Amino acid sequence: MLTGGRLLDPSRGVDVVTDILLSDGKVIDHGSNIGHPDDALIVDCDGMIVAPGFIDVHCHLREPGRADVETIASGARAAAAGGFTAVCAMPNTDPVIDNPAAVGFVVRQGLLAKAARVYPIGAISVGQRGEALAEFGEMIDSGAIAVSDDGKPVVSAQLMRTALEYARTFGVPVIDHCEEPTLAAGGAMNEGLVSARLGLKGIPDEAEEIMVIRDILLARLTHGHVHLAHMSTKGSVELIRWGKERGINVTAEVCPHHLSLTEDAVEGYNTNAKMNPPLRTAEDVETLREAVRDGTIDLVATDHAPHHYDEKEREFSNAPNGIVGLETALSVVVDSLVVPGYIDFGTLVDRMSCSPARLFGLPGGSLRKGSPADVTIFDPVQRWVVDPRQFMSKGRNTPYAGKTLTGRAICTVVAGEIVYTLDEQRDVK
Amino acid sequence: MTEHTETILDANAVERTLRRMAGEIVESNGGTDNLIIVGIQRRGVQLADRIVALINASDGVTVPRGALDITLYRDDLQTIGPRPVVGATDIPGAIDGSTVVIVDDVLFTGRTIRAALDELADFGRPARIELAVLIDRGGRELPIQPDVVGRKVEARPGDRVDVLVEDLDGRSAVVLVSKRFE
Amino acid sequence: MTAATPLGKDLLGLEPLSGEQITLILDTAEPFKEISERAIKKVPTLRGSTVVNLFFENSTRTRVSFEFAEKRLSADTVNVAASASSVSKGETLVDTARNLEAMRIDMVVMRHPSSGAAAFLAERIESNVINAGDGTHEHPTQGLLDLLTLRDHFNKIEGLRVCICGDVLHSRVARSNIWGLRKLGAEVAVCGPRSLLPSAIDEMGVTVFSRIEDAIEWSDALNVLRLQLERMTSGYIPSLREYNRYFGVTRERLERAPRDVLILHPGPMNRGVEIDSDVADGPHSVILPQVTNGVAVRMAVLYLLSGGRPEMAEAAKTGKSGGAA
Repeated sequence: MLTGGRLLDPSRGVDVVTDILLSDGKVIDHGSNIGHPDDALIVDCDGMIVAPGFIDVHCHLREPGRADVETIASGARAAAAGGFTAVCAMPNTDPVIDNPAAVGFVVRQGLLAKAARVYPIGAISVGQRGEALAEFGEMIDSGAIAVSDDGKPVVSAQLMRTALEYARTFGVPVIDHCEEPTLAAGGAMNEGLVSARLGLKGIPDEAEEIMVIRDILLARLTHGHVHLAHMSTKGSVELIRWGKERGINVTAEVCPHHLSLTEDAVEGYNTNAKMNPPLRTAEDVETLREAVRDGTIDLVATDHAPHHYDEKEREFSNAPNGIVGLETALSVVVDSLVVPGYIDFGTLVDRMSCSPARLFGLPGGSLRKGSPADVTIFDPVQRWVVDPRQFMSKGRNTPYAGKTLTGRAICTVVAGEIVYTLDEQRDVK
Repeated sequence: MTEHTETILDANAVERTLRRMAGEIVESNGGTDNLIIVGIQRRGVQLADRIVALINASDGVTVPRGALDITLYRDDLQTIGPRPVVGATDIPGAIDGSTVVIVDDVLFTGRTIRAALDELADFGRPARIELAVLIDRGGRELPIQPDVVGRKVEARPGDRVDVLVEDLDGRSAVVLVSKRFE
Repeated sequence: MTAATPLGKDLLGLEPLSGEQITLILDTAEPFKEISERAIKKVPTLRGSTVVNLFFENSTRTRVSFEFAEKRLSADTVNVAASASSVSKGETLVDTARNLEAMRIDMVVMRHPSSGAAAFLAERIESNVINAGDGTHEHPTQGLLDLLTLRDHFNKIEGLRVCICGDVLHSRVARSNIWGLRKLGAEVAVCGPRSLLPSAIDEMGVTVFSRIEDAIEWSDALNVLRLQLERMTSGYIPSLREYNRYFGVTRERLERAPRDVLILHPGPMNRGVEIDSDVADGPHSVILPQVTNGVAVRMAVLYLLSGGRPEMAEAAKTGKSGGAA
């Protein structure tokens, strides 16, 4: 029983301070005078926003293969700490998740973790080698909710076409990591003045945009659903708009770091500002923020990518790409979009919960009667200092270390069970 | 605490002293043969120039004049760090077998002269090296003694003895700068 | 780090330095030129200091130049030629840094194939770090010796027109030159095919010439870069022959220039590619003086970075001109 919180459910246009009752893993009702059983657990949500659970459709949980860097369990706990009730795990593990047994493994590890729900994403191609299609049907039957070769682009247009057509049979989106490999090869950051000064090979915007338009056109050809991962350039936004105007079934996501940081974060060869696609310019950040506002970008995903300290502690061009994001995503979005006034909290909840659920056909994304009791309770105004040593994730590679952010997940409920509560004593101010 | 400046030698006195010093140098060398006057940067070089001019006036011979910047030979670089190397080092010709007279403005601890001796050794092996200083203010930290002295001055550790030269300071004089309680 | 070290702890590049600091290095290099002319080419200034030349890339000329500079200052030198492939995992660079520090090395001169490697090392050890070339980022001592050579010839840098010709995209020498020249008030241009220029070159404060003839007509001096064959992994230009035909610095082109254009080249030269032999060996070439100046500039840098311990400076403090030693 969650009392006194601001229930914000854009799926039904509900925004009211009220109580909400959960039971047997489902939402029962909300209202100011609803009754509750005597043995109900009462959670006081005064001052908080109570929203349908956030869903991250893009994260890397590193298991199987790199359990030293993250496990499905530690990742699920990190997700819960960030306010996520569900995450979708990308298949670029070792071995790749390209068969039903591997998918089943991920499902089971997720259940054992008893934290956020974990939905596996299956590979598009066997071994993610970009040659033969993986068995979509078998993987989906085992629990996969989408397919992607993320980590790598689908280089062959023919393969992408086939994937989009074949995926229609099962009604799942095909997620593409848009990167033209010959243009981007060897690049370590955005191509521009900063890369010229630092002597680092750059990745031009066009490396992403060429694949974006290719995928949009293939979606048009096949009437399939293509979901574009981690968009980073203003050109990409324009192309997505073009596609949507023509009724093409293209959806897109953006990561919090592309909404808040620019290539300047790389100064001093900071490997915690190295990711793919790279941080771009202020103009790109501005355009992406606007795109989240007007819905051209449908949702926010984290691309949570933990790496071992030793791997990031090396020369910039040799360091791996990626930063963690589950535990800072909400706060970065609040700081970058809500505080400056691009969106309100209703839109935030939509982009982080309702839209992911709707577009990927996942349970949740709403708190109507009978919905799964996946709830994100967060403090919209709390200021806190990011301390990676406190992360539940095994990864510590974040560019936000030491920064003060606004907004914080306070309590996360999955299937009616509390899987995370912010412990006040651990809060480092 | 205020600074109190006392003039020890005025321009005329400096001229007289240098003239006597020039005479002593020529006398102890038995003439001007094989003589090289080397001044230590920077004011030692100015004084060396004047001594060379005085020897020229009295003996009609222009003795070769060299310059040494001893910055790179200092023994305290490891503690005080790099200093700007302000002057050129220029030794005219070979010094093997000649008499080198080192000229400096003030002799104090003796460390500058030690550095100059080390540097000269890298240029060759003179038959004889002499030291001529305008002011000897005592306070030696090394066993170094001048052969030709302009004037001995009693100075306390916190005092400064400054030799002023035309080219760098606009006038010729020797002053003692001390701190006093007023 | 302190007032006793006018350049700070490390020399990582020319971009972070001010015009005054660059001028200080050039001025300090002057007396070091004289030392290299002596019979005994040695001063005791860095006696007792240990310098490690840590070279992850092959380079005989730069390493030898540094070695001469170090030995002429009486420092003890150790050469470590590490394989870049063995450090591709990166831990080795961190471990190398820690090992050097544990051996109480005073200074490290490092050349490494990754941009930012010198800064990476400098952040992790207390020793002074001198960047002898990091990836395509900077080669500050080369930039400095180029500046010194220009100053020797023209007696100034301000207002000089210098054009850097060649593969600017992959050249750390070009970058160091651009920063150094601009900080001292020169006008800088580049000339080369667009595929060998950074895409952001127009924002770097330089004029861009597409034709070598235009560059020669404009310039007081040309700094001709070596076409970096080992860096061009995917063919930025079709052939060396074509490059020489359209961008080579040849005697005919120089003869048509309105003035005598000074020719610099960081070496080693690809004769007949970016520069013809009769230009390299001709009367306007200062390629050999560049090498001489290289040793002097490196001595100056080593000298200026050699730190003092300020807490001992109090005890060592002496008076001004009269009182000193």
